[in-house]
Amino acid sequence: MAAPLSARVKRWALDSAHYGTIALFALFAAFPFLWMVITTFKETNDLLNTENNPFLYNLPPTMENLRVLFQDTLFPQWIWNTAWVGVAVVVVTLLLSVPAGYALARLSGKWAQRLAIAIFLTYLVPPTILFIPFARVVGDLGLQDSLWSLVLVYPSFAVPFCTWLLMGFFKAIPRDLEEAAMIDGLSRFGAFLRVVVPVSTAGILTVIIFAFTLVMQEFIYALTFITAASKLTLSVGVPTFLVRGDVYFWGSLMGACAIASIPIAILYNFFVNRFVAGFTVGAIK
Amino acid sequence: MTPPQDAGTAAMAMAPRRYFGHLIDSEEWLGRAMIGPAVVYIVLLVGFPFLLALFYSVSNITVGSAATKFVGLHNFKMIMENPSFWVALKNTFIFTIVSQVIVLVLAKILAMALMKEFRGKWFVRFLILLPWVAPVSLGAIGWLWIFDSIYSIINWTGRALGIFGPEVWPIWLGQPTLAMASIITVHVWRMLPLATVIVLAGLSSIPQDIHDAAQVDGAGFWRRLFQITIPLVLPILMVAMLFGIVFTSTDMVVVYVLTRGGPYDSTHVLASQAFFTGIEGGDLAEGAAIALFLFPILVAVAIGFLTVARRSEVA
Repeated sequence: MAAPLSARVKRWALDSAHYGTIALFALFAAFPFLWMVITTFKETNDLLNTENNPFLYNLPPTMENLRVLFQDTLFPQWIWNTAWVGVAVVVVTLLLSVPAGYALARLSGKWAQRLAIAIFLTYLVPPTILFIPFARVVGDLGLQDSLWSLVLVYPSFAVPFCTWLLMGFFKAIPRDLEEAAMIDGLSRFGAFLRVVVPVSTAGILTVIIFAFTLVMQEFIYALTFITAASKLTLSVGVPTFLVRGDVYFWGSLMGACAIASIPIAILYNFFVNRFVAGFTVGAIK
Repeated sequence: MTPPQDAGTAAMAMAPRRYFGHLIDSEEWLGRAMIGPAVVYIVLLVGFPFLLALFYSVSNITVGSAATKFVGLHNFKMIMENPSFWVALKNTFIFTIVSQVIVLVLAKILAMALMKEFRGKWFVRFLILLPWVAPVSLGAIGWLWIFDSIYSIINWTGRALGIFGPEVWPIWLGQPTLAMASIITVHVWRMLPLATVIVLAGLSSIPQDIHDAAQVDGAGFWRRLFQITIPLVLPILMVAMLFGIVFTSTDMVVVYVLTRGGPYDSTHVLASQAFFTGIEGGDLAEGAAIALFLFPILVAVAIGFLTVARRSEVA
């Protein structure tokens, strides 16, 4: 059954407007990354020749920029530092926020509710307010230029948020589940460890990814606590030590940005729905 | 559906020896033990430094100083006499408000476009999320290259397409107004993904029945938008905005990477000003005072938004 012509034209116009809108937004979001990848493989002479069309490879693509990045800079060291701090912070965050999230979800009472709100409100005390006192405290503890300073301080923004997210996940698990386990003879804590935690794997994975991306994002603490180039993380090392003086090695710089950004984004993409669910439910209720 | 106490009593009756003391008591203690470490950690690493920040702001502490004495409101007086503080305060407001308004409008449009099913949606979603997931400082370097004074791809494209005349070659980060526009662009780019996914979650939670019923009753697109969709997603919109404001107004990375506060200190925000005064300049006391200016603003915003969100939820 063919629709009348005018209806088809209208339908076609609406569809194109829809795709056009989406394409524009996708371009806006992704262009800087596309541009990073294109720049990474360009010869410096090609990049710096203003006569060339910058969208094209006027000279053949090269791996030279990546070679410089991995062999002549501290970039591999920064990857390692970031991964190390990330794993340590994730472990600390899980140890603190999984039990706390469960307790806030289950053991009701007025104080639990108030505590949950208080934990949420720590978001109003961002690193921007805290980095100055921390600068002094970290110095007094002798942790300056040590990655341990980051392991100590990073959970301060990861724990509140992850506790809040986990509270949302645990609330979604039916109470009957652990009650059945408790009738079978497990203690409440035993039921939590052996029944609740295993069925919350998806929620816990979300928190792991989330805490890890927070660590990768963090800038101001690392910039404040650490001055030694070999102890930096990616988010600070790349913008401070690869951009020194007036000489920008754009090819290597863009390679560093692309390599540090895109893999974690792919991983994150798998968890975003759970993340949003925990985020919005927790934030309103 | 049994309440937990009953089930607990049943468990106690079955295995009395496993429990010492009353079950209710032990549950309460277990709760405290599970929450305790997180609370202690947060008090030590958020509460305590926050008090320190308050103390620093009324002291004369510097990075190297041994003795610290109380100086009252001297630091606040000093920063308020400094014209660049007012510029930073104004910029913090401008960057936050302008970028949030743009983000909200764009997020609404984008979320509505993403509500429809189409092929390759997962890939589009991945692309749109990139700016949020990638470390901001690295994304900002990507923009630094896009805004480069000689090799800016915007300028090249503008000239190639004939949009920019032969005399037009904007130096994006070198002129105060353009630099501010550039910073706002990067903030919008960065916050749009989060706002979009939140609004999308809100939109998908509205039952289709409501729209259908309204359509049957003859309500058009705009009427449905303003009388059904927006009121229903308002609470979630408020949450998106609250986070957007907190993240944008306390961010210094974008300014630090793109302009370092330049040209002529015209693009500093409170956060970057606090960093350059407190850490680079070594004057912890004054830096703390500048940073603390953010706090009352954030609290006021949070109270305002949460009140509105709660009220519209009840209504």
